[in-house]
Amino acid sequence: MNKAEILIIDDEPQIRKLLEITLESNDFIVRTAENAKLGIQLAASHPPELILLDIGLPDKSGHEVLKELRLWYNKAIIILSVINSENDIVTALDNGATDYLTKPFRSAELMARIRSAIRRNQPSVNNSTTSCGDLTIDFSARLVTKNEVSVKLTNTEFNLLALFFKNEGRVLTHTFILKEIWGVGYQTETQYLRVFIGTLRKKIEDDHHSPKHLLTESGVGYRFI
Amino acid sequence: MRPAPTTQNLYKIFTRFTLPLKSSKYPGLKLYQTRSYRPLSQYAISICLVLMVSLIAFAFNDLIGYKVVALVLLMTVSVIAMLFEIFPVLLAALLSALIWNFFFIPPIFTFHIERTEDVLMFLLYFVVALVNTVLSFKIRKEEKKAREKEEEVRQIAFYNTLLNSLSHELRTPISTIIGAVDVLREPGDKLSKEQSEELLLQIDTAGMRLNRQVENLLNMSRLESGILRPALDWCDTNELILSVLADFKLFSTHTIVFVPDDDLPLVKIDRGLIEQVIHNLVHNSVLYTPENSTVLIQSTIANESWRICVSDNGQGIPEKNIRSIFDKFYRVPNSKTGGSGLGLSIVKGFVEMHGGTIVAKNGESGLLIKVELKTEISFMNRLKNE
Repeated sequence: MNKAEILIIDDEPQIRKLLEITLESNDFIVRTAENAKLGIQLAASHPPELILLDIGLPDKSGHEVLKELRLWYNKAIIILSVINSENDIVTALDNGATDYLTKPFRSAELMARIRSAIRRNQPSVNNSTTSCGDLTIDFSARLVTKNEVSVKLTNTEFNLLALFFKNEGRVLTHTFILKEIWGVGYQTETQYLRVFIGTLRKKIEDDHHSPKHLLTESGVGYRFI
Repeated sequence: MRPAPTTQNLYKIFTRFTLPLKSSKYPGLKLYQTRSYRPLSQYAISICLVLMVSLIAFAFNDLIGYKVVALVLLMTVSVIAMLFEIFPVLLAALLSALIWNFFFIPPIFTFHIERTEDVLMFLLYFVVALVNTVLSFKIRKEEKKAREKEEEVRQIAFYNTLLNSLSHELRTPISTIIGAVDVLREPGDKLSKEQSEELLLQIDTAGMRLNRQVENLLNMSRLESGILRPALDWCDTNELILSVLADFKLFSTHTIVFVPDDDLPLVKIDRGLIEQVIHNLVHNSVLYTPENSTVLIQSTIANESWRICVSDNGQGIPEKNIRSIFDKFYRVPNSKTGGSGLGLSIVKGFVEMHGGTIVAKNGESGLLIKVELKTEISFMNRLKNE
């Protein structure tokens, strides 16, 4: 198998070095760019499998770079951001970022995110059923089973869970979920979301107080794993 | 490489987010200190005082005579001069002179003065009142300058202690990291596997500690900048508390107890800020109680108000110190190292930003901190079906 290529766009030499070593020791080919201009050039000349993009770049904001890349680049882009910047993260996700990581991050977490994002680069086979741990969903029959026992879901709960299944491993922002499930005009009705996440957890989690599938990303949204 | 922050830079940073200091800590001379009335009320009070004294003097005019009245009025102006700014005092001086002329100097009820002696006295009255005003104004200005200088000296001393304690807080983990790396780098196999694992763990802990301190400093500066507004959104209280407590799973030394109540309604708060509040409170309890202590978190909602209690069974805090624990950079004397004195003041800041209240007291055992947040609530989560 060919080694996958990853492009790092970050202006901090220390972070670049750290990422480079971590990724190379995990059998990736790494290219680095210290500013937006070089990053976009490299992405165009050697389209990588995944891009790690820092939000705070010297010559252009990461948001701008993200928008430019998204005009033609449709593989994974993971945003690197600092803590306390939920707004930045939500903006980036809504602009097409695949995932995000906040500095400081653990390398195990970084690798997990990268692997999951690269996996999702492959177009998913359109199976009508798919599984995630002890959960299985049948989209056409609108059935969900947990440990082969059928789970009774309401319409909205099913739609919500189906949306999560289709985006397994991905963070979905509040706005995105609300728009997908309840439609335009409901983007700010987070009450609904909280309630349905709550009831869904009670039905699909072993212990709804410590969820293993439906995780909260504080201030950003939810992630289904 | 970016230049290392110099002490002056740090000083600038700290002065930025620690000003203004509580002025009550630096009481100056009371006598000539301008009272904190607004300018308009200063004028109003001056006029009222002069009118009142004039009225009383008018009633007793026959008894004391108009010359003594002049002295009484002068005294009134002097008292006003001690309390207020220069312009209200000038107004009082002018007003009292006119009143004395009009109502007291014969012939009364005219501004006309007949006797040369009275004209002289009226002029003298005017001059004395003016001199009085200007002199007390000058004294007060000097005194204010002296007080400002004194405060500046005190502030510099305060920042020095603060810088010392903070640089200690930041340097300890940095020294740990540098030191541990040096040992790990030494050639040869002098270290056992356990020893190098231990060093790596120390580096890890030091990094986390640095991260926490920086986050506290950032939060404090966000608070002080005044631009932070809570972004209210609906929130499941159990989910919030449980996700904060998940960060403490590694603290096997303490038992953290929280029993979620599924019947609680949703609340509308800034989740990020309240997570920080609960995190800091629990962290504070874990940090300052002996191993094997229990930290209990209780969450109740009544009358559109969310109450969070964090209590522990540690040794509590001496009564004389308990009122200061929310003060910025305050640390209980002789307490364990590892804190910057910022955590609880951030908690207080974030709670007050929500229009909430926070109190600390020594409970039956250990410290008890009660947070109360006024909030909109929604029982929508009790609906069982669509």
